[in-house]
Amino acid sequence: MNPVAAIGSVFLDFLAACGRLGLFAAVSVGQMARPPYYPRLILRQVIEIGYFSLPVVGLTAIFSGMVLALQSFTGFARFEAESAIATVVVLSMTRELGPVLAGLMVAGRVGAAMAAEIGTMRVTEQIDALVTLATDPFRYLVAPRLIAGTLMLPCLVLTADIIGVFGGYMVSVHKLGFGPDTYLKNTFEHLEAMDVISGLVKAAAFGFLIALMGCYHGYHSKGGAQGVGAATTNAVVSASILILTSNYLITEAFFAR
Amino acid sequence: MTAGAATGRVRIAIRGLRVAFGPKVVLDGLDLDLHDGESLVVIGGSGTGKSVLLKCILGLLRPDAGTIVVDGEDTTRMGSRARDALLRKFGMLFQSAALFDSLAVWENVAFPLTHVGGVARDKVRDVATRKLADVGLAPEVGLLSPAELSGGMKKRVGLARAIAAEPEIIFFDEPTTGLDPIMADVINDLIVDCTRRLGATTLSITHDMASVRKIATRIAMLHGGRIIWSGPVGAIDTSGNAYVDQFIHGRAEGPIQMAVATP
Repeated sequence: MNPVAAIGSVFLDFLAACGRLGLFAAVSVGQMARPPYYPRLILRQVIEIGYFSLPVVGLTAIFSGMVLALQSFTGFARFEAESAIATVVVLSMTRELGPVLAGLMVAGRVGAAMAAEIGTMRVTEQIDALVTLATDPFRYLVAPRLIAGTLMLPCLVLTADIIGVFGGYMVSVHKLGFGPDTYLKNTFEHLEAMDVISGLVKAAAFGFLIALMGCYHGYHSKGGAQGVGAATTNAVVSASILILTSNYLITEAFFAR
Repeated sequence: MTAGAATGRVRIAIRGLRVAFGPKVVLDGLDLDLHDGESLVVIGGSGTGKSVLLKCILGLLRPDAGTIVVDGEDTTRMGSRARDALLRKFGMLFQSAALFDSLAVWENVAFPLTHVGGVARDKVRDVATRKLADVGLAPEVGLLSPAELSGGMKKRVGLARAIAAEPEIIFFDEPTTGLDPIMADVINDLIVDCTRRLGATTLSITHDMASVRKIATRIAMLHGGRIIWSGPVGAIDTSGNAYVDQFIHGRAEGPIQMAVATP
């Protein structure tokens, strides 16, 4: 095959996939607004995404906060800037590490589960059964996951921020010899509302993207168990890439001068 | 095509239905009528497009050409709301039963009652239990998850779900595939009993001739993307059609050639 044609074919496939995803997202968002609503299904997803992700997100946050304090201390000691550690920890957690790490962990845990569940429903004709029962799969399967993902990620990230700052506090006070009052004062002195808000906006976007990718790849899976496996992998990989890409774009929108 | 002995008004009229997947043409100008009150069984070999036909009628697949008119409405040009309204007339038993894993058995049976039939939530469980009894399942089965059921029980629950909202037209996709002969006969009896009780019109697809003889009032044979013969069930043995004869006797030799690689 002509190499230029091969590149063109890949590019066209990419554009077609973008179009399909855009259409899927537009239909999903459109159906989120239309009744009937399924509060029980939304609640189930809220528990699945929000409550059951707490341990993994909490663990990630506390160790990230602890490492951040330790690394900052060893690095900043060279410039005698140890007093900036509290600020570095709180700004890093609220602006970047909280949303990105929580997003990546939830993408691995929840995005994969969504793709596997919806993908299995697809290959076992359960989605066809929903349609024959006059139930729109977008409203019944996709909308509750998108709503729960968008609402719960900010809650998880807020929790991760607090736990991460607490991790930094523990290391700084009990290992590095900082005074508790001074550390807390430094933590809140330079923290602005926008630092937390930007992280929560990122979290909402990440939650939407994770659920969208999980549903999209699951909905379009085919070919039995292998297809469901591929959908699961694709959901996690594409959600992770979109999280990192949109993280930059949202950061630029909030903080670029 | 031989005219069937069906009477009654036409519920579903299919004309010139064409479906192709890439270069492979599955349905090639298929014409078929489903009359009120009849039990039509479409027979044909594996891969001849029987399931594709059902999926087109239900709107799960969009045909490349042709019309499917259900009670006077062309479904191929229908919007999603009109299709949802139309689908409320239908019940469907899938080949794999397609029970929802995330719901208990009784919730599966109750699904069309709450989502389609508008039965009050406090009465739904009782109605679902009654529907399970109709297919010979005890109330305790309702508490199980679909994963805990045997193949025959799954089919029964699928049947209970298909008839729960008392649809006017019921589709059966390979209802006895994967079942032992005794359980297959039980399912056939249940299909006949339940549809007769409801007075429903049914369209089934299968290649199980025992099932065909039990549930059909009329048979149509699908081959080469078209209906090549149709007639009352009693005429199947004297059809005079070489394709039908080969199929019902399960002979390897005949006009139907299977694509089998020879060593």
